[in-house]
Order: sequence, then C-alpha cells, then structure tokens
Amino acid sequence: MDLKSLSLVAVFAPLAGALVAGLFCRVIARSVAHTAAIAGVATAFVAALLAFREVAGGARFNGTVYQWLTTGDYAFEVGFLIDPLTVSMMLVVTFVSLMVHIYTIGYMRDDPGYNRFFSYISLFTFSMLMLVMSNNFMQLFFGWEAVGLVSYLLIGFWYTRPTAIFANLKAFLVNRVGDFGFLLGIGLVLAYFGTLDYAAVFARVPALVGETIPLFGADVAAVSVITAICILLFIGAMGKSAQVPLHVWLPDSMEGPTPISALIHAATMVTAGIFMVARMSPLFELSDTALSFIVIIGAITALFMGFLGIIQNDIKRVVAYSTLSQLGYMTVALGVSAYPVAIFHLTTHAFFKALLFLAAGSVIMAMHHDQDIRRMGGLARYLPVTWITSLIGSLALIGTPLFAGFYSKDSIIEAVEASSIPGAGLAYGALLIGVFVTAFYSFRMFFLVFHGKERFGAASHGAGGHAAHDEHASHDEHQGLPPGEKPHESPWVVTLPLILLAIPSLLIGYVAIEPMLFGGWFADAILIDEVAHPGMRELAEHFHGAAAMALHGLSSAPFWLASSGVALAWFLYLRRPDLPAVWQARLGPLNTVLENKYYFDRFYETVFAGGARLLGRGFWQGGDVRVIDGFINGSARFVGWAAAVLRFLQSGRIYHYAFTMIFGLLVLMTLTLWVGRA
Amino acid sequence: MTLAEMPFILPDLRPASAELFVLAMACLILFVDLFVKDTRRTAVFALTQLTLVGAAVVTWAGTSGEVVYTFSNMYVHDFLADMLKQLLYLTDIIVLFYARAYVVDRPLLGRGEFYTLTLFATLGMMVMISANHFITIFLGVELLSLSLYAMVALNRDSATAAEAAMKYLVLGALASGLMLYGMSMIYGAVGSLEIGEVAERLQAGVANHSILVLGLVFLVAGLAFKLGVVPFHMWIPDVYHGAPTAVGLFIGTAPKLAAFAIVLRILANGLLTLSYDWQMMLLIMAVLSIVLGNVAAIAQHNFKRMLAYSAIAHMGFMLLGLAVGVVGGDARFTLNAYSSALFYVVIYVLSSAGAFGMILLMARAGFEAEDLDDYKGLNRRNPWFAAMLMMLMLSMAGIPFFVGFFAKFAVLQAVVASGQIWLAVVAVIFSLIGAFYYLRVVKLMYFDAPADPTPIQAPLEVKALISANGLAVALLGLFPDTLMWFCLLAIRLSLSVFA
Amino acid sequence: MLENYFPVLIFILVGAVVGALPLILGWVVSPSRPDSEKLSPYECGFEAFEDARMKFDVRYYLIAILFILFDLEIAFLFPWATIFKEIVSTDTIKWFGFAEMMVFIAILVVGFVYAWVKGALDWE
Repeated sequence: MDLKSLSLVAVFAPLAGALVAGLFCRVIARSVAHTAAIAGVATAFVAALLAFREVAGGARFNGTVYQWLTTGDYAFEVGFLIDPLTVSMMLVVTFVSLMVHIYTIGYMRDDPGYNRFFSYISLFTFSMLMLVMSNNFMQLFFGWEAVGLVSYLLIGFWYTRPTAIFANLKAFLVNRVGDFGFLLGIGLVLAYFGTLDYAAVFARVPALVGETIPLFGADVAAVSVITAICILLFIGAMGKSAQVPLHVWLPDSMEGPTPISALIHAATMVTAGIFMVARMSPLFELSDTALSFIVIIGAITALFMGFLGIIQNDIKRVVAYSTLSQLGYMTVALGVSAYPVAIFHLTTHAFFKALLFLAAGSVIMAMHHDQDIRRMGGLARYLPVTWITSLIGSLALIGTPLFAGFYSKDSIIEAVEASSIPGAGLAYGALLIGVFVTAFYSFRMFFLVFHGKERFGAASHGAGGHAAHDEHASHDEHQGLPPGEKPHESPWVVTLPLILLAIPSLLIGYVAIEPMLFGGWFADAILIDEVAHPGMRELAEHFHGAAAMALHGLSSAPFWLASSGVALAWFLYLRRPDLPAVWQARLGPLNTVLENKYYFDRFYETVFAGGARLLGRGFWQGGDVRVIDGFINGSARFVGWAAAVLRFLQSGRIYHYAFTMIFGLLVLMTLTLWVGRA
Repeated sequence: MTLAEMPFILPDLRPASAELFVLAMACLILFVDLFVKDTRRTAVFALTQLTLVGAAVVTWAGTSGEVVYTFSNMYVHDFLADMLKQLLYLTDIIVLFYARAYVVDRPLLGRGEFYTLTLFATLGMMVMISANHFITIFLGVELLSLSLYAMVALNRDSATAAEAAMKYLVLGALASGLMLYGMSMIYGAVGSLEIGEVAERLQAGVANHSILVLGLVFLVAGLAFKLGVVPFHMWIPDVYHGAPTAVGLFIGTAPKLAAFAIVLRILANGLLTLSYDWQMMLLIMAVLSIVLGNVAAIAQHNFKRMLAYSAIAHMGFMLLGLAVGVVGGDARFTLNAYSSALFYVVIYVLSSAGAFGMILLMARAGFEAEDLDDYKGLNRRNPWFAAMLMMLMLSMAGIPFFVGFFAKFAVLQAVVASGQIWLAVVAVIFSLIGAFYYLRVVKLMYFDAPADPTPIQAPLEVKALISANGLAVALLGLFPDTLMWFCLLAIRLSLSVFA
Repeated sequence: MLENYFPVLIFILVGAVVGALPLILGWVVSPSRPDSEKLSPYECGFEAFEDARMKFDVRYYLIAILFILFDLEIAFLFPWATIFKEIVSTDTIKWFGFAEMMVFIAILVVGFVYAWVKGALDWE
C-alpha cells in the first residue's frame, strides 16, 4: 500500500473502533467492544509500522485527502503530511495506545462504563493521529481540540465524583487559555501567509522576516511577526503540554482512570505541544526571542515541578509531577533548537512514563484502590512483574546509562550546555539539579512502594472494604486492602503491556539515538539554523556511538547527581525512615510552600476564578440587568412594534398589494434613472 | 422569397429531450387520470413519480458540461440547467411524497389534477431553466404561474384558498405585465430578445441607455415578484398561508430554483453590461427583504406565515450574492458570488421542503397543524421528529455546522470580498434577529407542554423522508464541499462571462 | 406609391355602405311599435344595467375559455394551411413541417378529450 492509503487506514481504524464501541455501548457485549477497539488500534499500529518502513525507504507524502470547504481564497482541507517526524509520532501513539487498550481490559474489568471507556480511548487515538499527521493548521487545531475534548471527557469519566468534575473543568478552562493563544497564532498565520498549509507557510517564511506588527500605533512599539506567531503558538503548547504557569490542570487530571493517565496525560497528548513546536521549527528557528522564552519556561517547569514530586504521597501524583518535570526537559530542548533531541526524549519518555503509570495502576489494583504510598511498602514480594518493570522504568527515568532515558536526557543536557541562547545557562543549572531531584523522588516512591516494612492492611481505613463499593465510583477510590489480606499480582492483560513497554524503555535509547539524532532521520522534517544555533552540530561532534556515550556517562555529572539522589532516597526511606518527618518539620515554611504547590492553585482560584466571578457578577448586575436587558428589552419592544406595523401593512387588500408593487417600481425607477446616475 | 430560400435549420430536439418527455408523460397522465376509478389515484401518483425519475435519467444521459443551443438559440442546454433540473426533479419527488397522505385525506385536493398540474408546472420550470430568449422565459413563467394559480385554488370550498388564488392571479398578472413591458423596452433599445445577442449588442454600446434602464427596472420588478422580495413580496404570506399546505410546500420550494435560473440568465448573461444599475436595485431589494422578512416573521403565530416571511428574508439573502458579482466593472468576484447564491438557493429549498414536510407530517384529516402552538411539546410526543425539526430550524437560522450556516457564510464572504462591509453587517444583524423566531419553534418543542398529546402518525415513507431531510442539513453541514464544488462548476461552465 | 392603397380605399367605402344600408333600409321600411323588451340591447342573457357583483354562472366561463382555446388553434392553422403546399415540396422541412402541426393538434386533442370526458361540454 502507498503512504496515503496507509495513513487513511491508520487514522480511521481507531475511529471505526470508537464508533462501534461508542454508538452501540449499551447493546454490545464487553468482549465485542474491546475486540473492536483493540482491532482498530492494532490495525493502526500495523499501518504505522508499514508507513515507517516506507518512510525509512525514502517515501514521503504530503497531500490533501478531502477538501472540506472552499470559501473564496481559502480552502479548508483535510490532508496528511507523512514524513519521519510524523511517522515517529504515529509509532509512539499507536504502540502506547495499543498497550493501554490491552491493559484496560484488566484495569476496568468491573467498571460499568467499560464500553464507553474503550470508545473514548479509541476516539482519542484517532484525534491524536489527526493532530500529528495533519499537513495544515486547521486540522492541527481540530486534532488539538479533539484530544482536549476527549481528555476532558476522560478526566471526568467517573462523573459522579465531584473531584473528577472539578478536575475536568479545571483542565478544560486552563486549556482554553492556551488555546486562545494558539488560535490567535493560527489567525496571524492565516492573516500574514494567506494559507494554512504547512508547506506553503514554510515556503513563504523568508519573505516575512523583518516584517513587524505595530503595537499601540506604529511608532510606539513593534514586534516581529514571526516572534508574535511563535510565542502565541507556544502559549498553546504551554496549555497542552502543561508548562508553568499553565501546568495546574495536569496533577488534577489524575482523577481520571489510570490507563488514560498513562496514555493521555503522560505519553501522548501532553507531548502534542512539544511535537507542534518541532513541526513548526522553520518558524521558531527565526525567532531567538521566542526560543529564549521557551528555554526559560521549560527550565522553570523542569526544576520546580520536580521539587513538588518529592512531597507527594499519592502514587499517581508523584508520576504526574515527574511528567511535568520531564515535559520541561523537552521544552528546554526545543528552546535550544535541539528539536530532534526533544522528539527523542518524547519518544523514550512515552515508553517509560507509560510503563510507570501502568505499573502504578497495577499497584493500585493490588492495593484495592488505595493510592497512598505511605500505606504500601514491601510489595516487591507480591508483585514481582510489576516490581521489575517499575525498576526498569525508574532507572530509565533517572537516566541510568544504557537505559532509554539516559540517552535522551543526557543529550538534552549536552545540547543546553552547548547553546548560547539567552537563558540557556540558567536552564543548564536547573536541569542538572533536576536530575538529582528526579532520581530522589523516583526512588523515594519506588522504595516506599516496593521495599521496607509492609504498611498495608492497617485496620484504620480498610473497614469498609468491599461492602462499601459503590457501583459508579468503585475505582480509584481510597478503598484499601482489607486487614490481613495479601496483595496479588495483576492478571496477564495487565502485566503483558508492562513487559512490552519495559523492553523499549530499556533498549530504545541505545538503538535509536544514532539514527534519530545524528543519522539525518529528521533532516527534511525539522529545520535547524546550524549557524545561529549550533547545539545539534556540537552534539554530533561529541558523539562516538551509543556504547561509548554510556561509558562516558558513568563519569559525567548527571550520573553522579542521579546516583546521589538514589542513595539519599535509600538512606531516608529504607535506612532511616524516621528522618523524613524530622526534616519536614524542620523545613516547615519550605514544606508549606511545596504542599501548596507554590500557591499557583490558590492564586488562580482567588484572582482569576474569584475575579472572574466578581467581574461576572458586576457585569450581570450592572451590564446585563441594566444595560443589556434594557437594550434587549428595548430592542425587543422595538422589533415587536415594527412587526406589528408590518403586519398592519400586510392588510390583505389586493389593491394595497398592487399599490405597493407599483410604488416600489416607481422608487426603483427614480433611483436608477436619476439618483443612481448623478 | 419562397420557403425553400429561407434560412431554416431543423431544430435539434435532443437538448430538450427531457422537456419533451415530461410533456408527453403529462399528456398521458392526463388521459390515464380520466379512466382511473381509484379515488386514491395511486396509479396517477406512481406514474408522476416515474415520470420525474425518467426525466432525471434522460437529463443525466444528456449531461455533458458543454453549452448547446437549439430552437434558433431560444433554448440552451448547459451544466447549470442540468444541475438545476436534477434538483428540481428531486424537489418534486420529495414534495409529492410529503404531500401524498395529505391530499389523499382531502377529497378536493386528492384528484388527478394535483399531479398533472405539478407536472405542467415542472415543465414550465424546466423551460425557464433552459430558456435563452426573453419569450421562452416568459413562456415558462406563464406555464408555471398558471399551473400554480390553479393549484392554490384546488381546494375550492376553502374561502382562504380561493382568496389566495385570486390575489396570486391578479398580482401575478400584474407582474407578468411588468416583465413583458420591460422586455419590450429592451427589445426596443437593442433590437433583439435573444439573451446572447442582447449581451453582444449592449457590449457594442449602441443602445439608448434611458430606455434600456427603464426596461430593466420593469424586468427586474417582474423577476422580483417571482422571487418574492420586497416590495414585490406581498403575495407570499397570503399565498403560503391560504394555499393548501401541500401546494404551499410546492410553491415554497421548486419555483425558487427556476426563478434563480432566469434571474441569472437575464441579468448575468444578458445584461451584465448594465450590472451597475441592476446590482443597485437588487441590493436595495435584498436589504429590504432581509429586514422586513426577519422582523415580520417574529409577529407570526401561524407556522406557514412564519415560513413565508422567512422565505422573503432568505431570498433577500440570496439576492445579496447576486448583487455583488461585479465590483466597479471588475468581474474577479463573479464566480464566487454567483455560486454562493446558487448554493444558498439550493440549501434554502432543501430546508424549506423539510419545514413544510413537518407541517404535512403533523397534519391529519381535519387538522392542519398550522399554528405554532401545535408544535408545543413535540419533543415529548416524538423526540426524533422534534430533533429533525430542530435541525431544520437551526440550519435556517444559520447556526454553525448546519449547512444553512455555510450558505450564509459563503454569501457573506462574497459580500465582504466586494468591499461592502456595512452590507454584511446589516445582513448578520438581521439574521440574528431572525434566529429568534426559529429558536422560538425549538423552544416550543422542547420546553412547553404539549397541548395535544396524541402520538404522531404518518406513513413510513414520509417519516423516512423527513429523517433524511433533517439529517441532510446536518450532514451537508459537515461535508458542504461537494455541493459547493458543483455550484462553482455549474456557474463556471454555464455563464457566458467565463466562456 | 399611393396608388397601392387604392384597394383599401375601395374596401373602406364598400364596408361603410354595407354597414349603413341595412340600418337605413330598416329605418325607412319597417313599422315602428316599440316596447320595453324591444328597446333593451339584448333580448336574452343578463340584464344590461344592474349590480356588477352579481353571480355569473360558471358555465359561461367554461364555454368562453374553450372557445378561445380552439379559436386560437385556428389562428395557428390558417397560416400553416396557406403554405402547406410549399412545405411539402421543400426537402428540408417536409416531414418536420407536417409533424409539427400534427403534434400541435394532438396536444389540443388531448385537452379536448379531457374537457369532454370531464363533462365541461355538458350544459346540464
């Protein structure tokens, strides 16, 4: 099959699965729903593999598959751009999605919304593929909004839980802020380039260098068009990829079922922003201002979100903050023009982070939906598969040499070191500290969950047990293991995806680094101005094979930072478990700041939400009731009056009608013969 | 000079084969109707539908995209004609299915005449669509109008129907007179009635401009009457209201297609040189129609009357598209503007057919379902039909992602491209006002208690058709491009500006 | 030039004489015994002077419409008949000229039969 048909299959197979599972969710059996959904995604995965082979063989596709609407000069089209960047994303998305689909069979076994859930995740896969495979901004925006919508639906999947509803509303609103910027960016693109097609836009970029948009009148200030577009687009990416200060929705999104935390809020959707910036590299390369902005935002996110991971006690939230921090790493990579490295880290991260989330889910199942790591411990004995896969995932995350995360993360750090973009120095420091922090919180969680004293089964919270199960909210509630009961390893549908994800978490970095970063794989998909931003080139000069890099890694700063992080975690949580409480008390104020997540939530709630409510009330009282209602009622009265007059004119008398016609004729005649000519 | 010396070319009948077929079948059905005893007229109904399907096949077989003239250039066969005729047959078929149960229930309507008159009206519209000569146009218009007068009066025991027919006849005669008078003036000024030749002579610039413009005013007035735009609209509410609903459905749909065709052929093909003058007239009428139609519709309590005013507003909106085709002698926007108007009229016919279809669906023997109050609580009586009517109303209101939105959007885009922003603003404001009365129907259906809780009974084919009609406005909203493409193609292949 | 119109002049004169002569003869020769019936313009049909909004019998219209229809048919047939010989002797339009009129008549026949079977020609 050619690339076009392959891409159509890849996109529409999951959609078909979603439709089957969704439209008939009330009538079909569970096995039918999950078979349809999994078949759809598996087909998409195979299609992605075949497309990968084609692209690796040099084939490319960029074309319209359906013209949606032509109005005047603008054509809105559905089209695909299949190149190495796209095909990498397709592989990641479909593979992780397939794993999550299989995993869901086990995880959602008892949930009444089983079919609905499958429908949503398949729909998500479709939307995400539409997003990455798009060849124009309109479809990109469609995919962007569609994944946001599905994410919204899935965060609120257990719609009877107020926290879930609050979380999905929050995700929705915060994403609107980003989307507003994104839409403005697209609007600017349309206004200045006159087209929404990627290739056409990129072709016209050189013509727009130096063009400025006047702010507050031409002579006061002006901003370069490219910079404005880039920053606006990046604001969209900040919302979707949860960068400070638009990150607040991601931790709360953990209210959703764990499989989607893995798929959407770790591996794929949140990386859409990273992907988008990489895709737009021909634009971003021309604006050092925007790149600098990106570096700083990314560095802040990478470091400060990592700190928050240290004090979390909810197993999913620890992983969520680690996701935030890793997204910060990717963003920094984008900012220093190391787009391939960002995509590389995106890929490795997708595997090991999905793995960590799914492993966390497995732990949660074993603990009967208690997510507090303080009430776990010593689980390694009971959950051997989960334990070993978690270990692999954690080692990958902290960047142990030879593991996937090592290659991508070290490349990022080196690229930042080599960069001269303003803010890169600060970012370098932040990332190095981040390495230590990452290792610390990762292994803090790992040790607390799998090693040490068994703390589960305490009578204090397990009393309700199964009897308290509520049909709707049976999952992810803090139910806990009944006293005396021992946890069991999860069924094979859960462990199989863990194993399948552990393999790439181990190997993908070693295998892929050379072709992906230095083999010119992205040569025609990502554009880097190597003169202005020589980071990638220097990286290539220092690279002498994956094995040598691992060997060199043993003697580099990140490795020692990570090791000391692990050691500290070991000391504090296995060796002297009494110490953390003491330290926590001693560092009171700092702890309070972290507990409150730097007060972002409270700030937003008071200033924006509260302000909006206040403003709303003001508008409602002052504006709506007085002005608008007055105007509306007034104009309604006017319209009513006019309608009555017109009804009177429609008298029903034929000579009135004829007279109206003749009168109209005379008026038209007068106008054309005399007035119009004058 | 003897006959043999006269330049006489035998007319090529092939381009008009569909018309000949419909004529033959209409005569045949007239005969059959005489000898059928069945009071339900099933055979006549079936034959009429078959005729329309047959005509579609004949037209389809002759579709080529080329422009062919016949009958000494009085008649033209082109893609625009083919497309409009196919839409015409389709509309007729839908109309007859919708109307079937309604007319069977009413003895005065359910006679063979209803079907034969429909066919003759269709023939008239086909002639209008393919006319390339003022006289041919007039012939088609009269054939259509005479059939319609009779159809409105079919229910001869109803005083309102008789009154409506009378008004329609008298005003229609007046309008025909105006149109003929305009034609004669133009003939006086240029010495020809054939559209292509008129255009050529105007281009050569020999005609007396005053006489020409005077003729133009009369001609446009006559055309405006057929479209039903202000101030030539007065018949519309009374006729829509007074005519039996089945006939109202017919008058409210198919003739708009034919009227669009003659407007386009006369103004854009024949009198393009005078575009400055007629565009101004169209603009004035369009704005007045949008304003009056949307405002007056609010005051209506009768669903049919409301649809009548909505028709006035919609035709005004469509005229906007025709009125901005040429900007200061620059024909760059012509294609977009005219195809958007074509798209608009097609979508209007589709939505209007659905709305009237709903009235017919709700009506039963002895009950007309004309009042807006009859639609109260429809959602509780039958949620599916309520949803269908809601989609039709939302589409007519121009709510995004129903096809009515794209129709409005396309026209507005043409208006903006012509630089007349104020016009677009007025159109949008009054469309918003207009949305009120469409949404009122939705509100009645969903939030009010039903006055009459009986479940809705209708034949299966009407239910299926209503569903298809409702879903079509939603689906075309998602995939408007094919139809848009056809509209562009029809205009580009058929208008002489693009030849 | 002007002599071409001489026959017209003759025609006018003859017409005037033929028109005037019966009136003069009747006035001179006949006895005069008028009554109200005799003085009314029409001896049958409607009263000439009364309310215009009276009800007419619809049958009058039917007859009138049918008359106009078939009268017009003759109007088309006449010119065709006068050149019929020429039509059939011209190769190009021989059959066409014939068939066209036959179609025209056939359409009228359809209408005629329709009106007949529907009972439009029955007075009662």
